[in-house]
Amino acid sequence: MSGQERSPLFLPVIYVGGLIFGFGLAISGMARPEVVLDFLQFEDFGLLFVMGSAALVTGVTFAVATRYLERAPLTAREYTRRLKEFDRNVVIGGTIFGVGWGLSGICPGAAYASVGIGNYPILFAIAGMFLGAYAQGYWRALRADDAGDVTDATSS
Amino acid sequence: MNSLVPLLTANELFPREILPYLLGGFLVGLGAAVIYLATGIIAGASTFLESTLSYVSDVPRFNRFTYRQSRDWRLVFTAGIVTGAAVYGLVLNPGIWTTDVQWWRLLGGGFLVGVGTRLGKGCTSGHGVCGTGSLSPTSLVNVATFLTVAIGTAQLVQALGVAP
Repeated sequence: MSGQERSPLFLPVIYVGGLIFGFGLAISGMARPEVVLDFLQFEDFGLLFVMGSAALVTGVTFAVATRYLERAPLTAREYTRRLKEFDRNVVIGGTIFGVGWGLSGICPGAAYASVGIGNYPILFAIAGMFLGAYAQGYWRALRADDAGDVTDATSS
Repeated sequence: MNSLVPLLTANELFPREILPYLLGGFLVGLGAAVIYLATGIIAGASTFLESTLSYVSDVPRFNRFTYRQSRDWRLVFTAGIVTGAAVYGLVLNPGIWTTDVQWWRLLGGGFLVGVGTRLGKGCTSGHGVCGTGSLSPTSLVNVATFLTVAIGTAQLVQALGVAP
């Protein structure tokens, strides 16, 4: 559970973390759909270094924190790794996401960053993402298959 | 370029050099690490789509306890991402940059990204960065799936002559 014990520093830290995150996305070029499409079309393999170096930093951070640190100072939460239950939606969702990413060259975090570099056409993508997120939520509510769908507060 | 030629120069593989990629990736990881070390929260980017919908929709899925409880800070996190990119756009690379990718690709692709990331429990940041950093089998399968499918899709769209 996140931020129940609201330290006055909680939101500022989230904001600063987002700031660094967004700055990194902009520098990496991922905020530009063209750069992502160049990677997917095998014209520029640089994106491997973006995901690789980012995962290395988080991987080392998770490993150190879960082993040597007690609890998070601002929330008293325990440090955990990101381990989600596997079910077929992981593959189906990944496939649908893949088609969307390959068609548009944009993923959620990069789309938010793209707004920051003044890329107003990206609002089409963001509108699409909200519509898509709404459609799947509506459809799942109809099917009421939420019961078998356990996610935690830190789902991404 | 023919990617099957064995003797490729680094210049052909990385026409934009690799430093911006390495540095950008490092900062993406650092941003996630700052939030994690201070709060224990593993922040991803796509949950924001559903948690924000809870402000305007009664659909039960968006109003789950975890979403309602995290929707405020997720808004702040996203505002941070926008601002961070704006700092880059104002300081390092002044001026407005706009994409040439056609609007229907952005809208249609965005729709599928919205469906797929939420159905599959995460996106490039949640599964791709934090999940692989956690060596999570679920995330590794998801990343392998979306990468493979995205490469196939992008190459197909290119082969059909759709550009930009």
